[in-house]
Amino acid sequence: MTPFLELTDLDIAYPPRKVIREVSFTMHCAGIGCLLGPSGCGKTTLLRAIAGFEPVEQGSIRLEGAELSRPGWMLPPERRRIGLMFQDLALFPHLTVTDNIAFGLRGWKAAERRARVADLLRLVGLTDLAQRYPHQLSGGQQQRVALARALAPRPRLLLLDEPFSSLDVTLREDLAREVRSILLREGAAGLLVSHDQFEAFTFADEIGVLENGRLRQWDTAYHLYHQPADRFVADFIGQGILLPGQVGDDGRVHTELGIVTGMPPAGCVAGDDVEILVRPDDVIHDDASPLQVEVAERAFRGAEFLYTLKLSSGARLLCLAPSHHNHPPGRRIGIRLDIDHWVMFRRNRTVTCVEAPPVP
Amino acid sequence: MQKALPFRWPRTVWTGANRLDRWTVLVVGIALLLALPVVTVFLTALRPPGEVWRHLADTVLADYVLNSLALMIGVGMGTLFIGVPAAWLTAVREFPGRRLFEWALLLPMAIPAYIIAYTYTGLLDFAGPVQTLLREIFGWSRQDYTFPDIRSLPGATLMLSLVLYPYVYLLARAAFLEQSAAVLEVSRSLGAGPWRRLTAITLPLARPSIIAGLALVQMEALADYGTVQYFGVSTFTTGIFRVWFGMNDATAAAQLAALLLLFVLTLLILERLSRRQARFHHTGQRTQRPPRLPIPGRWRWLASGVCLTPLLLGFLIPAGQLIVWTWRTAPRVVDERFLALTANSLGLASGAALLILLLALLLGYGQRLRPYPAVRVAVRSAGLGYAAPGAVLAIGVMLPFAAIDRSVDHWAREWLGLSTGLLLSGTLVALLFAYCARFLPVALHSVEAGLTRIRPSMDDAARALGAQPRGVLWRVHIPILRGSLLTALLLVFVDVLKELPATLILRPFNFNTLAVRTYELASDERLADSASFALAIVLAGIGPVILLSRAISRARPGHDALS
Repeated sequence: MTPFLELTDLDIAYPPRKVIREVSFTMHCAGIGCLLGPSGCGKTTLLRAIAGFEPVEQGSIRLEGAELSRPGWMLPPERRRIGLMFQDLALFPHLTVTDNIAFGLRGWKAAERRARVADLLRLVGLTDLAQRYPHQLSGGQQQRVALARALAPRPRLLLLDEPFSSLDVTLREDLAREVRSILLREGAAGLLVSHDQFEAFTFADEIGVLENGRLRQWDTAYHLYHQPADRFVADFIGQGILLPGQVGDDGRVHTELGIVTGMPPAGCVAGDDVEILVRPDDVIHDDASPLQVEVAERAFRGAEFLYTLKLSSGARLLCLAPSHHNHPPGRRIGIRLDIDHWVMFRRNRTVTCVEAPPVP
Repeated sequence: MQKALPFRWPRTVWTGANRLDRWTVLVVGIALLLALPVVTVFLTALRPPGEVWRHLADTVLADYVLNSLALMIGVGMGTLFIGVPAAWLTAVREFPGRRLFEWALLLPMAIPAYIIAYTYTGLLDFAGPVQTLLREIFGWSRQDYTFPDIRSLPGATLMLSLVLYPYVYLLARAAFLEQSAAVLEVSRSLGAGPWRRLTAITLPLARPSIIAGLALVQMEALADYGTVQYFGVSTFTTGIFRVWFGMNDATAAAQLAALLLLFVLTLLILERLSRRQARFHHTGQRTQRPPRLPIPGRWRWLASGVCLTPLLLGFLIPAGQLIVWTWRTAPRVVDERFLALTANSLGLASGAALLILLLALLLGYGQRLRPYPAVRVAVRSAGLGYAAPGAVLAIGVMLPFAAIDRSVDHWAREWLGLSTGLLLSGTLVALLFAYCARFLPVALHSVEAGLTRIRPSMDDAARALGAQPRGVLWRVHIPILRGSLLTALLLVFVDVLKELPATLILRPFNFNTLAVRTYELASDERLADSASFALAIVLAGIGPVILLSRAISRARPGHDALS
């Protein structure tokens, strides 16, 4: 079966600088994906290349098996049937809600166009505001108009460039969830660009993590969290600390907290330095544990405390504890490690080692 | 539920190194064509100087330079003296009539300099109302008094100052309005009195804007032909006409024109330099506008007087004189030929304005579509014509067009055995081309200012929804920009209507416009008869002034009053 969206060895340059390097990924079916990364990592550039606004220098972009871009050639955006929803929404200020939504329906029969616009207005719940102008709408309503406008011509793929970032945090996740269900109902594929991992987790089935123009990992949210491909992903997704350790003569990993049950990365020999990813939920607060460490900082989170612990070597560790366990900084508390998926990196290498295969 | 759209075979777009696509070629082509006149003038000027030039250099060239310089400096000082105090008073003080003066001070812009020169000549000459009144009051006769002659260099300086000061007024006023209350309050708390606040804060902060206005004024003063010609002052522009028509020497005319262009370019560079050193931004949040301080006691009437004088001298008196003359002569002058001429003139001006707006849209939008350095440079060079006085530009159009005509004629005689005569020069094509080269920057400025306010994502959104680039222009940009496009159209329309020197040189035989007819009648000393034509131009010119003044009354600090 032809893959839905396929990017192969893609390079994009703003001469003389390359902003995207050797990016490859495949969305096998028309689902919902996300490009996640810190600002300036090139994720918006990648999105604009898929939409047809940036030429590619190397590699190719294919949608449903047909080539969209290759070096020296690209299909113009108006012929790609790819929808785009912008960060600033870019609603046409001189057109009403209805006319905005109908903008992409040129060439449709008038009756079909009216029916399509009415359907979409119903879908996004704006039927009553059909004759308003964009400036007469609230931020959330404008967002819905932008979505309806992008979906109107039935694009094969809808690209969303941080469309929720202008909203406040609580509204953001609600709207992400709502847009996701609208996409599913319309049967449209989507690709979101975001710097907010929670938004990405809420919205997407598959997520690609970008850093500095390179794709670090393309995977499900669960795998990104529990099986990060490298230190960058481990650091960027979720909280956690890389605990230093060393491979002993017995082939096992020794740390300040004792010998761990996970196995070192393949290729490690005795004496190699490794780092172990320890998430806050991997560290269990247990008064009975013989392992006693000092509380360095304490952050109250309502249902729980996030403790920053200081080991005797000076290394830090994060620990989530139920909020009735209240210990002031300076106090020593008992902990134990409870890790299902061991993620270890050889120092300055990017090799993962997973002992227990995860079950998402 | 997926309903597939009819499949369209992909049309391809080449990208990357090969950027010679249609838009780039179109935009660069238009831009270079419009830069042709200025380039021609410079290239022609590089030819070795001939007999005429040597003769000029020995005799009148020094006069041209000195008179042009004197005019430039005199008009600069005059407009500063009128424009800055009026701007400061209406921007930060409260006095009787302030709201009226705010916009009415722009009215002199509606009167072309040559028309105000004609009216004052009529008012002040021996038989005019002023001298007649003086003689009646004091019982003088001709020998008993001397009356300063308005037809002189100081007279021309005064005339130009009276109609050009609104440029300084407009820019200075915007700068004064932008100054925040906080800066003045801080200076007060540091012990600065009113005089020191004015000289140490207010004026220096407004300096870049004032100088920008000044540069515009001096460019216009250098470009003036009608006034200096009528007053018999020899400047570059009158010299160009004399050499071109009197001595029939195109090279020498181009050399004079190039020298004049160098003056203008020096002026523009000086303005840029002075701005680079001082670019003032207000730090921090935009603060409150300083409250208008009422002027105490009797002084407030002085303020009203300061504002009333330029309005009176620059608009009310000349407009009144025009109305009186028109009243007297209209029954004789306004006939079918007058109406035909007016229709002719209005038709030409609207046609030129539409054409110029279309070109400006193409260039502005092309630049947005293809933001390459080469395109930008080409578009900038198309703007050179704005710095070129009408007489210079006319020479720059005439020379290449005549050359083309000659070679086509030559070719046709040789191969077809017939003479094609003048195909381009002496036709409306030449005239329209000159108008485009001269006034395109006016329209382009509006278009560009408007386009930068439309976010690029708007274009991308329309393209992603299936619109092609020209569809985006028609369906998104033009509707959004409707307001500023109309303004640009009106400004260019009036500029074309007023234009005198280029029209004089390039118009087809027996083709007349309001401006040319006014000039001809005035040259025949039929001032009163010219008034109807002049009044028609002034009436048309009031339109844009009203638009500008509306923009001003809406403008708030921090917003551009002009765009």
